[in-house]
Amino acid sequence: MMNSPAPAPVHPHDLDGRAAALPHRHLLGIEGLTAPEINLILDLADGYVEQNRGTRPKSDVLAGRTVVNLFFENSTRTRTSFELAAKRLGADAINMSVDGSSVKKGETLIDTAMTLNAMHLDVLVVRHQESGAPKLLASKVNCAVINAGDGQHEHPTQALLDALTIRRHKGALKGLTVAICGDILHSRVARSNIHLLNIMGAQVRVVAPPTLLPSAIDRMGVEVHHDMKKGLKDADIVMMLRLQLERMQGQFLPSQREYFHFFGLDYDKLALAKPDALIMHPGPMNRGVEIDSLVADDIHRSVILQQVELGVAVRMACLDLLTRPDSRPNL
Amino acid sequence: MTQRTIYTNARLLDPASGLDQHGSLLVEGNRIAEMGPGLFPDGVPESIQAVDCAGACLAPGLVDLRAQIGEPGLEHKETIPSASRSAAAGGITALAALPNTDPVIDDVAGLEFVARRARETKLVKIFAYAAATRETAGREITEMGLLAEAGAVGFTDGTSALADPLVMRRALAYASTFGRTIFQRPEEPRLASGSMNAGEIATRLGLGGISAMAEIIMLERDLRLVEMTGGRYHASGISTAESVEVIRRAKAKGLKVTCDTAPPYFALTEVDVGDYRTFFKLSPPLRGEMDRRAIVAGLADGTIDAVTSDHQPEDVDSKRVPFAQAAFGAVGLETLLPLTLDLVQKGALPLLRALAAVTCIPADILGLRHLGRLTKGGPADLVIFDPDRPWRVDGEKLQSKSKNTCFDKRPVQGMVLRTVVDGRSVYARTE
Repeated sequence: MMNSPAPAPVHPHDLDGRAAALPHRHLLGIEGLTAPEINLILDLADGYVEQNRGTRPKSDVLAGRTVVNLFFENSTRTRTSFELAAKRLGADAINMSVDGSSVKKGETLIDTAMTLNAMHLDVLVVRHQESGAPKLLASKVNCAVINAGDGQHEHPTQALLDALTIRRHKGALKGLTVAICGDILHSRVARSNIHLLNIMGAQVRVVAPPTLLPSAIDRMGVEVHHDMKKGLKDADIVMMLRLQLERMQGQFLPSQREYFHFFGLDYDKLALAKPDALIMHPGPMNRGVEIDSLVADDIHRSVILQQVELGVAVRMACLDLLTRPDSRPNL
Repeated sequence: MTQRTIYTNARLLDPASGLDQHGSLLVEGNRIAEMGPGLFPDGVPESIQAVDCAGACLAPGLVDLRAQIGEPGLEHKETIPSASRSAAAGGITALAALPNTDPVIDDVAGLEFVARRARETKLVKIFAYAAATRETAGREITEMGLLAEAGAVGFTDGTSALADPLVMRRALAYASTFGRTIFQRPEEPRLASGSMNAGEIATRLGLGGISAMAEIIMLERDLRLVEMTGGRYHASGISTAESVEVIRRAKAKGLKVTCDTAPPYFALTEVDVGDYRTFFKLSPPLRGEMDRRAIVAGLADGTIDAVTSDHQPEDVDSKRVPFAQAAFGAVGLETLLPLTLDLVQKGALPLLRALAAVTCIPADILGLRHLGRLTKGGPADLVIFDPDRPWRVDGEKLQSKSKNTCFDKRPVQGMVLRTVVDGRSVYARTE
């Protein structure tokens, strides 16, 4: 959402369920959103959490609408979450998985987009291994595009569901200290969270070995730490990131053992954070690599499963908002 | 009878001699016969065709050190005729083509193919580099002696750097035997696996970065090898502030080195990549503002010798893909002169210095000392341009077969009115 025109102000307090809308046609990233817009999404999602927990979670807000999940990269969780979100809103949800490695990638991307566009979709949910691919698609289709994760760029709905999780536990994000730990270099989740937490006024730290930090990360409004003990000190939130096992073969890190010793989250390191610090992880976890199993499963500290639950509600809110007529000024 | 043409009422500019004078220039056949203020004081005889330049500048045609022209094998991106038309429209009368074709130009047959196609096309003068290593694979050096005899103006692996230090050492030593220069795009490939300049913007966009250090390290290494071998070396596409400093020191030491840059590196920065705009994906990548300023300063003080078009035509399918998958490069033949003149408009360079960087200096670097200057008896390769006339670059209107310019819609000043090669008009602007 870089370079988009200055968004019109949104007043979350005007929200009476139907009136408010996002002044964006697509959700391609957190960068470019404003705090009121993020609150609007989270407020709406809060309502959907209650709906999902009730006896009749399904509504007809998106009845007759078509949502296509176009995944160029393997994903079970995110795709299922979006599919469920669409179905709970009464939309027709279709999953398309395209194996990015078996075809000439670029051609498939545009060609698939144009083909789908001809079928008159309402929302295209896209995951792609290349940064910027959803942006490219968004320029070629008439429907709303939601970025479900692109390369190492952004994963906005993950950051939104993380924000909702934090907000429900801590009341607000403003003033919290959040430590994001692990493979920042390859993580779109980290980038989206850094943007969102900064927009909402939280203090963000990144904790990782230098080989897993992208260049100039300090320019993104974060405090950089290479020592978990310093990075976690008095943190309100500890966000662990998944470490891709294939990155452990001496290219970025000498070994899994060494990584866990210095950067894996165990009770010793966690003891430095605030006593009520929440433990989060976008999943899927590598138990014993970036997080100790006991910590991950600690029902008093870990909100990892709740993140999954709230993910559906956040995606419902995004689908709802992007299909409201006045959210698409370009049409 | 020899055709005679006189260009009257022109501002004659010759950076090689420092000439900047109002006057006329007489062409006989393919040669410059006479020039100066007082030609034919009693009127031009009717037997001579007269072209009134109406006060416009008349300078030597541009000599471009670095262009890709698509043949053989990449005719869907560019052909020798389309590249020639594009060059002519840009005021370029001679260009040196990179060997990054399919197949690579690494043997005499390849050179002869390009020479034949250029003769058939007969618009601008096309010279060819030969690869420094077979298939530009960076392992075995090519038959440099035979290739030099067949007309190779220099040796380069073109878009890829010669990375192996032992191979580079031998290439430098061997090429110098035949009076040829090694042209290197300095970039350590192990530090250059990304797709844009490393830094905050790359990090925000989630794109792999190409560190400025990739260029600096390779440049410093190469200069040590130049010192060791006494070879002749030219660094192509200088893009970082520190590279300018490294070259400055090497020249102060007396090493036989020259270098060039291209307009994107003094006219644009990494900010222009914006939201994954693939037309701004270049090699070397667009850098930061401090680098851009250092490039301008390097041109002003002569540390950077020449400006090239770095013409890299790419078809739509190579660019309309996610950024990381997109091809590197932009077309540049038609925008070389106006963007170089932009530095003059902004007061960064005197006019003659700017013109030297695209005429006599690149000609000298190629060892083509008769080109890029206005000399009596020399070839009538000329450009007539209006340095003040504004226009707007339009990608779709470019003569090149590919439209991947990174200056689309940019307002520029300085318009080519006519291009003359060996006395023949190969381009004339029609209003």
